[in-house]
Amino acid sequence: MSVWQAFIELLKRDLRLAMRRRAEIANPLLFFVMVIVLFPLGVGAEPNLLERMSAGVVWVAALLAALLTLDSIFRSDFEDGTLEQLLLSAQPLSVMVLAKVVAHWLVTGLPLLLVAPLLAMLLGMKSEAMGTLMLSLLLGTPVLSLIGAIGVALTVGLRRAGVILSLLVLPLYVPVLIFGAAAVDAAASGLPVAGQLYILAAFLAMALSLAPVAAASALRISLS
Amino acid sequence: MSASPNSTLHLQADSVECSRDDRLLFENLSVEVSGGEALILEGRNGTGKTTLLRILCGLRRPDEGEVRWSGVPIEECAVDFHRHMVYVGHLDGIKRELTALENLRVLQTLSGRGRYSVEEALEAVKLGGFEDIPVHFLSAGQKRRAALARLLVTDARLWVLDEPFTSLDVHGIELVESLMDGHLSAAGALVMTSHHQVHLSAGVIKRLNLSEG
Amino acid sequence: MNSFMKWVHKWGSPPWFYRVSGMMLPWLTGLFVITLGYGLYAGLVLAPADYQQGDSFRIIYVHVPAAWMGMFIYMVMAAAALVHLVWRIKIADVVLISSAPIGAAFAFIALVTGSLWGKPMWGTWWTWDARLTSELLLLFIYLGIIALHSAVEDRQSAGRATAVLTLVGVVNIPIIHYSVVWWNTLHQGTTVMRLDGPAMAPEMLWPLLSMAIAFKLYYVIVMMLSARGEILARESKSRWVRELVGGE
Repeated sequence: MSVWQAFIELLKRDLRLAMRRRAEIANPLLFFVMVIVLFPLGVGAEPNLLERMSAGVVWVAALLAALLTLDSIFRSDFEDGTLEQLLLSAQPLSVMVLAKVVAHWLVTGLPLLLVAPLLAMLLGMKSEAMGTLMLSLLLGTPVLSLIGAIGVALTVGLRRAGVILSLLVLPLYVPVLIFGAAAVDAAASGLPVAGQLYILAAFLAMALSLAPVAAASALRISLS
Repeated sequence: MSASPNSTLHLQADSVECSRDDRLLFENLSVEVSGGEALILEGRNGTGKTTLLRILCGLRRPDEGEVRWSGVPIEECAVDFHRHMVYVGHLDGIKRELTALENLRVLQTLSGRGRYSVEEALEAVKLGGFEDIPVHFLSAGQKRRAALARLLVTDARLWVLDEPFTSLDVHGIELVESLMDGHLSAAGALVMTSHHQVHLSAGVIKRLNLSEG
Repeated sequence: MNSFMKWVHKWGSPPWFYRVSGMMLPWLTGLFVITLGYGLYAGLVLAPADYQQGDSFRIIYVHVPAAWMGMFIYMVMAAAALVHLVWRIKIADVVLISSAPIGAAFAFIALVTGSLWGKPMWGTWWTWDARLTSELLLLFIYLGIIALHSAVEDRQSAGRATAVLTLVGVVNIPIIHYSVVWWNTLHQGTTVMRLDGPAMAPEMLWPLLSMAIAFKLYYVIVMMLSARGEILARESKSRWVRELVGGE
């Protein structure tokens, strides 16, 4: 079978599995909503303050929600033995990893992206910034899934995987957060956003080419 | 795949050594298996049978020595090696939420078609009539047989099995042994570990006991 | 390239590493004491006080070399990671994991001294300026490497997993650094901790370089001590270790 066919088949398999565990899709969304709702309760409902914070808060909440879901990329495959079967298939492992990460993003990242504008409204984000918000999340959340996959691959067999995973992955998430939030802030102030968005696109290109390879090496090590 | 399967079907471990958790499991260990042969690894729990099996598959790198497939180190011919090999370990390697049919169809797309169709393979392991149920509804023995169905679905000449008879009843064990006999008669190779007594009527049987020295 | 690889392979042999590092240690220690002594004396006593900051600027003699070490050690770890993964040299992962706590300690020292430096000038214990924030993230990266190594039970896998993580980090550290610098110009615009005007006066520079060398020597000494212990533990059953222990 060709590599492309294998990629599509694995992608379809993971999507089919996600559909059969439909309830889990709600988890990151609920978390996303909760974090955003908690902020006004914590810092006060003064409209100017909330509006100025809105870009950062939405982005941080999206980042944390993405972090929460990372474990599911490889955990169930690890536990039922299908992950080691992937290592033994004659297909390039980095392509298989990419298929799984794409499926993961479609199920966890894309919903965040779609819900973000409504939540941003709760914080009073200006409507001029909404388009940039969605575009920055569209470029940024796949990077979060890709980089996160490396962290999960390194920690998949470990006992306290969750804590270590956050520690490993958060420094790597910082550039995406900085440029994502900055793009939305700039849009809210009427300033140009092309620079920040190009940089996010560059991150995405880098992550697409390098992260699957790194995650594949990490998987081989974790399963040895 | 080739004109004379016997000549290219050769798996060899050369002076391999492995330690785990600061305990030396084995050193200077050499084994080989060719078409028509069955290598059975025996020994108490914890003697490194599973580790050796995983080294032979390429899942783990030995601390010393190397494993060769048709004379070539498996790191160099990984794709070719994995195309000719199938592994069933302790874990079943199938998704619980999918049906047996769906699991094997994905496998065929990833690993290539063999002589049996997916339906024929499931019939052969006596799961006919159960192929459309999500696997988590099957009994432990049925799950194991669904896992073993992958042996028939691909074209693999080398079977590497870790405790294949787990969860199987007497009939299940006989079924799997007959599948192994068929494989060996067709000049396939087999490496396995087992706590049970294995009764094979075809092929040359080699035994290696890891508990002794 | 060939002679470099031969040199790497020589150091890659545990008995060689153990023996040669043992011979080097006394010399390195002596050199360390000299450079540290000169650096501290010249920096803390001899160099003139800065006309703006007074005596509090002297903390740069610890802060700046510590910050340099944080990066330098990471580069050494990245090189060791590459050597371990690509050329399968076994000692390399010992160098890597022995270096990580030292790198983390220097990053921490850079953070603390940077924070102490800021207090007299800005009144706060912490400012989110580019250097301190970058240093904080570097510290997290170090802690991640240490945490991963201690969490993986199998030693072979632990070495290789931390090597992969180190390499992932080395690609990301420049990106993180420049992102933080950019972020800082966006939100604050204050550049903190300029330690030089157009050029640094020589009386300030020599002690600084001496401290930098002293810190590097300290790193090599402590890393070797730690690595030697790890090598003995790993090779405890081999003949050369038994001879070494039995002979004494």
